[in-house]
Amino acid sequence: MADLSCKIAGIDSLNPFWLASAPPTDKKYNVVRAFEAGWGGVVWKTLGIDPPVINVSSRYGAHHDQNRRLLGINNIELISDRPLAVNLQEIRECRKEYPDHVIIGSMMAPIEERAWKDLAQQIAESGVHGIELNLGCPHGMCERGMGSAIGQVPEMVEQVTRWVKDAVDIPVFTKLTPNITNILWSAEAAYKGGADAVSLINTVNSIVSVDIDNMVPEPVVDGKGTHGGYCGSAVKPIALNMVAEIARTPETKNLEISGIGGITTWKDAVEFMALGSNAVQVCTAAMIYGFRVVDDLIDGMSQWMDDKGYTSVEQFTRAAVPQVADWNELNMNFDTKAVINTDSCIECGRCHIACEDTSHQAITMTDKPEGGRVFEVVDEECVGCNLCYHICPVPDCITMEPVKTDKPPMTWPEHPLNPMRMAAE
Amino acid sequence: MTNLQAKQAPKPAKAHGIGHNDAHDDGFSDLHPAYSSLQAMAESNRCLYCYDAPCVTACPTSIDIPSFIRKISTGNPDGAAKTILSANIMGGTCARACPTEVLCEQACVRNVAEDTAVEIGSLQRFAVDHLMDRDLPHPFKRAEATGKKIAVVGAGPAGLSCAHRAAMLGHDVTVFEAKAKPGGLNEYGLAAYKMTNDFAQREVEFLLGIGGIRIEYGKALGRDISIASLKESHDAVFVGVGLGSTNNLGLKGEEFPGVDDAITFIEQLRQTEPKSEMPVGDNVIVIGGGNTAIDAAVQAKRLGASEVTLVYRRGPENMSATEFEQDLAKTNGVVVRYWAKPVAIKTNGKLQGMSFEKTALDDSGKLVGTGETFDVHADQILKAIGQKIKTDDLAGMEITGGKIIVDDTYQTTAPGVFAGGDCIKSGEDLTVQSVEDGKQAAIAIDAFLKTATA
Repeated sequence: MADLSCKIAGIDSLNPFWLASAPPTDKKYNVVRAFEAGWGGVVWKTLGIDPPVINVSSRYGAHHDQNRRLLGINNIELISDRPLAVNLQEIRECRKEYPDHVIIGSMMAPIEERAWKDLAQQIAESGVHGIELNLGCPHGMCERGMGSAIGQVPEMVEQVTRWVKDAVDIPVFTKLTPNITNILWSAEAAYKGGADAVSLINTVNSIVSVDIDNMVPEPVVDGKGTHGGYCGSAVKPIALNMVAEIARTPETKNLEISGIGGITTWKDAVEFMALGSNAVQVCTAAMIYGFRVVDDLIDGMSQWMDDKGYTSVEQFTRAAVPQVADWNELNMNFDTKAVINTDSCIECGRCHIACEDTSHQAITMTDKPEGGRVFEVVDEECVGCNLCYHICPVPDCITMEPVKTDKPPMTWPEHPLNPMRMAAE
Repeated sequence: MTNLQAKQAPKPAKAHGIGHNDAHDDGFSDLHPAYSSLQAMAESNRCLYCYDAPCVTACPTSIDIPSFIRKISTGNPDGAAKTILSANIMGGTCARACPTEVLCEQACVRNVAEDTAVEIGSLQRFAVDHLMDRDLPHPFKRAEATGKKIAVVGAGPAGLSCAHRAAMLGHDVTVFEAKAKPGGLNEYGLAAYKMTNDFAQREVEFLLGIGGIRIEYGKALGRDISIASLKESHDAVFVGVGLGSTNNLGLKGEEFPGVDDAITFIEQLRQTEPKSEMPVGDNVIVIGGGNTAIDAAVQAKRLGASEVTLVYRRGPENMSATEFEQDLAKTNGVVVRYWAKPVAIKTNGKLQGMSFEKTALDDSGKLVGTGETFDVHADQILKAIGQKIKTDDLAGMEITGGKIIVDDTYQTTAPGVFAGGDCIKSGEDLTVQSVEDGKQAAIAIDAFLKTATA
């Protein structure tokens, strides 16, 4: 079995799977269960300065698919609502009882130097391996000048990171909010502030649904609702892009990355790591199914690594980053066409109607003399958009086949029809 | 009747062979228990929402199946019901009684991918029941009144479907029904376990909600009314009389007490309350290979008969009962004997049983007796060897092969007289086909009336 141990920000971990700072890591009871289930580490639920916050009742909203599978959750829960001393005592106990497992202390404070430094030092003294700065919570805490209120201002991100780096001698993870125009600005600020790594993404600001009987956004708290933080598999694509941007941009590429955002399966984790994450954090999948999901995260990744011949996670970490390009670097002479395997086609007609109504009228539907119908791609009309390939319910029934060409690769900046190019000549 | 007794405690059927649990089976409860919301959600999400879907083509009434299933999956079951009912006003009965395994579900593309079709019938029932269980106004509106009067003979599926569509098109309809209740075979001819909770009557009540339809009961063609008189008093006539007569075995003793038509047995059972009061033999022979034969055999078994033997003169592949129905008989403990034909009814003061001769195909493919015989003991014999049209009162209409001749607008050879359902030759004797006939005939009558007045 492949070796899943990894290192991030100088911290050794049994495997790349940590539980993110969230309700599942609120107290010792949960953390012990997580470690017993096989998680390599946890980021303890965010600690603040006493007195602890008070949470409301009714905290989660949900985005279901039509089969009631959860695509995403949004939450309006605040940071830990237990006294700091209780949390720190439990962290000490967990560190002692599970010395091989990683515990990171997540924290947030108002934008005051003393507040950040004092709290960081108290947390560090509990024996955590590192500190994560929660600069992303997009609900509640931001109305008190914390969380995303700090994370959305690059200067504050840099300042807070530097304060905490100065105050403690353990690794510091700056956790970034996706609720910004350009992730690179806050990532670069964290880098300048001395962060050992960035964690991203925090939750996406959202209203997840509306109770249309009572006309209130959900979750409903006594007749009213508020925007909350969205997470779960639905946010994965947003997170992947932000991770990749940081990993491939010269100003930020030296940052180590703790990837977060809808990781549900081992394959999701591989993708986050291939695009630049040194390790990953998971929350929603555990909230939906329990800590046992780590079993397949570990097993699936190992199996895949064995199949691919990888012996350590470093071998595929960032492996896809060089292939992430700007649109302007893509080859305009590349051509691909849909091919329908009529043997596996079940004749549902979905490819035809999708192409006919919304794309390029490139799939014909013809009645067969013996009954049933046959679907065929019109190569001249097919632009290789992949739509049919994605909507076909039968795996591998439609494939996209590259067209052989003698033409050399050509980018848009090089393209003869590019008016900008002509202007330059 | 005879010395047949109601069995004290009907024996519960052990297995249905359909994968549904039914803890309260008393022999008459639902064959396919209704879906819960959870089941409807899960099953509706199996539908791929095919384009130009094969299941729609396979439905005689062309219900837009992918659309109604999608509406169930989005939480719009009443919209789903309207989609169904706009094509088939008796979608509720069809959801219960249709042989879906040879119609829509047979065409489902999921058969190709997974060998298991989407359970379209159960989903259809879920949607229609959802709508009918709510006290909502009738979902369809009538067009502006045309002032035309249409007479419909027979309040079965064809007649009522025709009446509903004609009323929708703005015509006033009077339905003449020989029996005391509406519904035709829905009320009198389907096994009790297919039509629980008085569904046939509830469906008719719902259908009549459109307005403009009056039903006169106890009005039999030839006795109380005639085609000629109806033509006189109405602008058009629709004949949906079904098949009023049954075939005979042509054997001595056929009139002996205990020898009945299966369809009569079903009719009697359907009108008996409580159903456990229905008398049934201890050893029952059912003769025939259609769905009525299966209905009667299964129902006899569930009523408490010790042994039910279904005898069919050919092999299982020749039966008009679907594979599902045949399996239902076997899982209910019915003994099925193929390749045998009845040759004598045995009596000795009381009904004793029947003698059968084994059959086979000769070299030319003709069914012949082999000369080898066997006896089956029985105190009740149910004949399900087909029904036929009662020709007496259909004067003016040409009949061939036992069916009223109609053109492609459902008009008979008598001008202004239309026909549909089992009394015409439109394929199979299915409720769903009758509903389609009635609907299409109403549309044709509407066109006929417009032309006539133009």
